[in-house]
Amino acid sequence: MSKELIRLTDCVMAFDDEIILNHINLYINDSEFLTLLGPSGCGKTTTLRIIGGFQQPTSGDVLFDGVRINHVPPHKRQVNTVFQKYALFTHMNIFENVAFGLRIAKVPEPEIQRRVEEALALVNLPGYGKRSVLSLSGGQQQRIAIARAIVNRPKVLLLDEPLGALDLKLRKDMQIELKKIQQQVGITFVYVTHDQEEALTMSDTIVVMNKGDIQQIGSPTGIYNEPKNAFVADFIGESNIIDGVMLSDGVVKMYGKKFQCVDKGFASNEAVDVVIRPEDIDIVPESEGQITGVVTEVTFKGVHYDIIVDFQGFKWLIQTTDLSPVGSRIGVKIDPDGFHIMRKSQYSGLYGDYSSYSDAYDELNEDPEAESDEE
Amino acid sequence: MKKNGIASRIFLILCFLFLYAPILVLIVFSFNASKSKAVWAGFTLDWYVELFQNETILNALWVTLLVSLLAAIISTVLGTAAAIGFQNLRRRTRSVCMTVNNIPLTNADIITGVSMMLLFLLAVDAWNGTLGGVLGIRLSLGFWSLLIAHITFDVPNVILSVLPKLRQLDPNIYEAAQDLGDHGFHAFRAVVLPEIMPGVINGFIMAFTLSIDDFVISYFTAGSQTQTLSMVVYSMAKKQVSPEINALSALMFLVVVGLMVAVNLRQAAQERQAKARQAALTAK
Amino acid sequence: MKNKAIAYPYVGWMALFVAAPILIIVFYAFSSAAGGFTLEHFRDMTLYAAAFGRSLLLAAVATVASLLIGYPMAYFLSRSGGWVHRMATMLIMLPMWMNFLLRTYAWSFLLERNGLINRFFSLFGLGPFQMIDTQGAIVLGMVYNFIPYMILPIFSVIEKMDPKVIEAAQDLGADSVTVFRRVVFPLSLPGVLSGITMVFIPSVSTFAISGLLGGNKTLLLGNLIDMQFLGSAYNPHLGSAISLVMMVIVMGCMAVMNHFGDGEQGVTL
Repeated sequence: MSKELIRLTDCVMAFDDEIILNHINLYINDSEFLTLLGPSGCGKTTTLRIIGGFQQPTSGDVLFDGVRINHVPPHKRQVNTVFQKYALFTHMNIFENVAFGLRIAKVPEPEIQRRVEEALALVNLPGYGKRSVLSLSGGQQQRIAIARAIVNRPKVLLLDEPLGALDLKLRKDMQIELKKIQQQVGITFVYVTHDQEEALTMSDTIVVMNKGDIQQIGSPTGIYNEPKNAFVADFIGESNIIDGVMLSDGVVKMYGKKFQCVDKGFASNEAVDVVIRPEDIDIVPESEGQITGVVTEVTFKGVHYDIIVDFQGFKWLIQTTDLSPVGSRIGVKIDPDGFHIMRKSQYSGLYGDYSSYSDAYDELNEDPEAESDEE
Repeated sequence: MKKNGIASRIFLILCFLFLYAPILVLIVFSFNASKSKAVWAGFTLDWYVELFQNETILNALWVTLLVSLLAAIISTVLGTAAAIGFQNLRRRTRSVCMTVNNIPLTNADIITGVSMMLLFLLAVDAWNGTLGGVLGIRLSLGFWSLLIAHITFDVPNVILSVLPKLRQLDPNIYEAAQDLGDHGFHAFRAVVLPEIMPGVINGFIMAFTLSIDDFVISYFTAGSQTQTLSMVVYSMAKKQVSPEINALSALMFLVVVGLMVAVNLRQAAQERQAKARQAALTAK
Repeated sequence: MKNKAIAYPYVGWMALFVAAPILIIVFYAFSSAAGGFTLEHFRDMTLYAAAFGRSLLLAAVATVASLLIGYPMAYFLSRSGGWVHRMATMLIMLPMWMNFLLRTYAWSFLLERNGLINRFFSLFGLGPFQMIDTQGAIVLGMVYNFIPYMILPIFSVIEKMDPKVIEAAQDLGADSVTVFRRVVFPLSLPGVLSGITMVFIPSVSTFAISGLLGGNKTLLLGNLIDMQFLGSAYNPHLGSAISLVMMVIVMGCMAVMNHFGDGEQGVTL
């Protein structure tokens, strides 16, 4: 385990009566890629701005290397930021943009030359110094913003939805490239996004937030496989979430039937949320199914089909490579490790039902403009 | 869209004739040897010579330029600062401020003029009746009140031309400078000011032009000793025709045309640059 | 940048030089020369009812005339091609940059009894006509001075109109008259409304135009106020009361225009 670099202790952020952050506790390790993930207004950008020094928490402590830095202004922190819309200085050329921080720090000119060129090379734009910022495409501006921050050799790089303005293809390329840059320079990245796929792709640690609370902290696989509550299960990937009752360790009851699972440690007869990922469900002939239902919708997705199946009034999403036509009755089989059992939470019953599938799908597809969502 | 027919072309020509003919007539008659308003009596430059020997006019020109320049400079600083500050006010306070700020823009000039005149008169009375009387320094309306009045109607225009630039500004631009180790006024000057500069310059030009052009507000706030060019023109035009005014008109029109052409050429150049940039961008 | 304190100097300035003067006007309007509350100035104002009526009438006529000339001009300009179109805004603004008094003075020059226009008529054995020092001359002066304020907003609204909207109307079977009546004109209404306010307000409050072209025979509201503050009739209390009424007229006019602006959206004529 590497050493701890930043710690937020019991941080509260409130404007008037509105609570933006509700007693956040969080630590960030040196050289890790940590992502703050959540929908608009969840407090992720505020958390980032507190680390950057642009906002001070209403109460609570911000520690950097064990020192309290609540009142250290941004220009004195060993932290640099890549802003949402880059905030490049359009009246300066690329070289001067990247050199800005070095000039403030009074770095000698030859060293500035060298380090700016290095930084531009790092983001794959060597020799671009003389050009105007406005002559760049969105993806290139993005890289300049990263170079401008990294050239100062910060201990931590903060990134506020840096890929939000790019189109899908470019975003995917940049995800990989960002991860590469992070490994190359070996510093801590704190990354804010509302895009769960982005978070899963790049992060060492994901912090899932909603409405000012941290919902879960964990590795991408941990969060995907073992979501703590219905919100996390639904926000990270697709989930069918069904009411169930835990009969005993390894046995859960739903739809009036007993299923084998691998989860333990619940009280007997405790009401629980059962998460079943759409890809963990096998379609079998009706007679062989653990339960049976009727296909109501089929959408071709390229690699697989998304099919919606009605199980006694509750609709599930199943991803399968076998086509089952609309109206057909099918059976399904789920392996014991396909179940994930969660304790009931405030989010129970709010997520995981695909009865209004198309709406739910639209929501996932739209790009929630997360700009200035949390102020 | 369809092109204009012959009738609409003639209409346009007549309209522009209506707009320009009076000015052209003035200019032509500024070279007329006689004082007549209708009879051409030969070419002369006498009126221009007289214009530059007319103490009243030269003095007024000096006052006008000085007050316009000072008012433009002060209101540009005051207005830019105010525009930035307004952005950071709470919504409610900001809308109150913008409403008050809009009063000089929407109100009739004459009301702005007389209301300020009343304020100045009260202030002068209060001063002369107390401290000024004791010290023997008596005040009356003059250049100072004229300057205050000009600043008052200039600032709202500066604010209106700076605000859009501030709204276009990336909200994180100042924070980006802070993030890179800069702070305070230096950071403002390094990254914010250059970005909003077109709006600031535009505001300055607006303020300067409005001040040069103002008559009504100056008329009420300048007192009896100070005169701007507009005020001189008013009193001369009211009394008797003097072809010096024609000469003055011709010169002012020339200056204005020159300024407009310069501003337009500059704008055109900027647009060309922007277009070239755009082209370079799409070519990639 | 998060500093709101830099607005405070100007906030103080506004309080002192914008808000306070207005309050002084209100105070003067309701107090007598000896001090104390009175409504006598508003009573006295009835003596000048004719001036009120005349001001409103002349300003209204000037506004309508500006609209009748300015709208087609803006419309044709937007449809013109080549350099006229490119330079349209500048061509309209250029005369406006010339000092407003000089522009007005130019007309006094033309309208004189032995001025150029009468000379022209005399060639045909007509005239001379009395043109200067009439109400017509005042309206002409208003139209001439303020018509750019009518043309520019209308022109810019028509310019910004999406040509596809017009094509859509044509696609749906509208002929050019219908396109204008049902699409172009309703869409240009915001420009018309702002043009109306921008011509009416300076017209109703002017005193220089009537001073130069009306020969002081025609007393307008502006002249009345001028007289109370800087003229022979010196009475700032009455002047304030008249100013207050004028302010109410101006605000009322803007309120009506704003109301129309909201209500007429999407309504065809």
